[in-house]
Amino acid sequence: MTAQVITVSSGKGGVGKTTTVANIAVALAANGVKVVCLDGDIGLRNLDVVMGLENRIVYDIVDVIEGRCKLRQAMIRDKHLPELYLIPAAQTRDKNAVSPSDMVRICNELRPDVDYVLIDSPAGIERGFRNAIAPADRVLVVTNPEVSAVRDADRVIGILEAEEKRSPALIINRLNHALVKQHDMLSAEDVIDLLGIPLIGIVPEDETVIVSSNRGTPVAQDPKSRAGQAFRNIAKRIKGEVVPFLDMEKQTGLWDRLQKMTGRR
Amino acid sequence: MNDLTSLIHIKGLRDGLLVSLSDAPWEEQCAALLAQIDGQQAFFQGARLALDIGSQVLKVNEMVELRDVLSERNVSLWAVVSESPVTEKTAQLLGLATRISKPRPEEIHNFDIRNLNDETALFVNKTLRSGSRVEFSGHVVVLGDINPGAEIVADGSVIVWGRLRGAVHAGAKGDQSAVVCALDLLPIRLQVADEVMNNSTRRETGKPEMAFVSDQKVIIEAWQPGNTG
Repeated sequence: MTAQVITVSSGKGGVGKTTTVANIAVALAANGVKVVCLDGDIGLRNLDVVMGLENRIVYDIVDVIEGRCKLRQAMIRDKHLPELYLIPAAQTRDKNAVSPSDMVRICNELRPDVDYVLIDSPAGIERGFRNAIAPADRVLVVTNPEVSAVRDADRVIGILEAEEKRSPALIINRLNHALVKQHDMLSAEDVIDLLGIPLIGIVPEDETVIVSSNRGTPVAQDPKSRAGQAFRNIAKRIKGEVVPFLDMEKQTGLWDRLQKMTGRR
Repeated sequence: MNDLTSLIHIKGLRDGLLVSLSDAPWEEQCAALLAQIDGQQAFFQGARLALDIGSQVLKVNEMVELRDVLSERNVSLWAVVSESPVTEKTAQLLGLATRISKPRPEEIHNFDIRNLNDETALFVNKTLRSGSRVEFSGHVVVLGDINPGAEIVADGSVIVWGRLRGAVHAGAKGDQSAVVCALDLLPIRLQVADEVMNNSTRRETGKPEMAFVSDQKVIIEAWQPGNTG
């Protein structure tokens, strides 16, 4: 096995990087591939919370780097999925406790034993972001259909291009089809048109994501959730499968369906 | 002391200071470096040093020793750049970086080419994304988009074969005859010489347009074949 290292980044905060990492990881691991999540947000960790593993942390990534434990000891196995591991960030340190070469070293140590390493990048374009992209074979840029999030994503893509990383793929998160239809939200086409990088997934706005994040059970485990389905599709695309994009129309409410039936649209 | 300090070169980098050593014996160079640091304590206080040691081979204990004496002076060693794979490996073992990030040329283009004439133009064959800035003392031609948050400052004209959504300053040294053309001209900010475009009423036209100065005002007109401004 030689793992692919995938970093999830966005520039802007709060667009759903951590949620995306947790869900893609769960979806991949549910299909039997071995996945390690690495929380790159030293000092503001929360991937452990979203994955529901907070109370199992003994060692973290800084302990590994500073030699207080072996890499294996810092890997926390998921509650439900035996192929899913988390290496948590340190909460009491800051980004300067880790260097880009540390991240490369840790990922190289993981590579022979796992299929995927997913790195949750912190917001911003400073040290933490540089750490997170240093070992990446591939970068997924998450954005929301909002002007400010798209602007920051554009900046991140520019930096990745300057670093000569392989062209990143785009995830549009929290798309609200009803708002797009009213022309109150950027459409997926608008975002793709501006950023000009290949799309790997569109995740619809879905309340269950917040609920499940708080519970520590990523929504990708919920077979009924549309957002969960979107994340499962992204995981399949990462593995190289061709999966058609979700039909956003389905998300519309009863009223639209009635209108359709009566032929008013 | 003078002959000692000439052994090493120090220059500033984006991430810290780069110290380049010459081929002189290691002990002498270390002494020279420490002498420099002790001589300018205020400057080196809290600095991050990258060490370019060329083809020299360093032993682990030599590297550790240097790192320790540096940290006693509140200077951290973060990278050792070497042509020797052995030294590189040693540095990696100690958790030091062995490659310092290259300055990113795309970030800021600041060309200063002497003997420019009217015909000089910079050709940019890519989309300029948010945060990137191109400065040029002639004309600029872009094959790609100028995204919001990107900037072009040119002493001459700016031609964009793509969408212009960022900020543009043409004729930056005061040339009122400079023009800005784009297939889709919808900039956040457009300035020609000292005149700033009033874009409060701009709307997407979907047609190529040209901006130029006339009567102290920036005028925008649809591009017409045969129109030479």
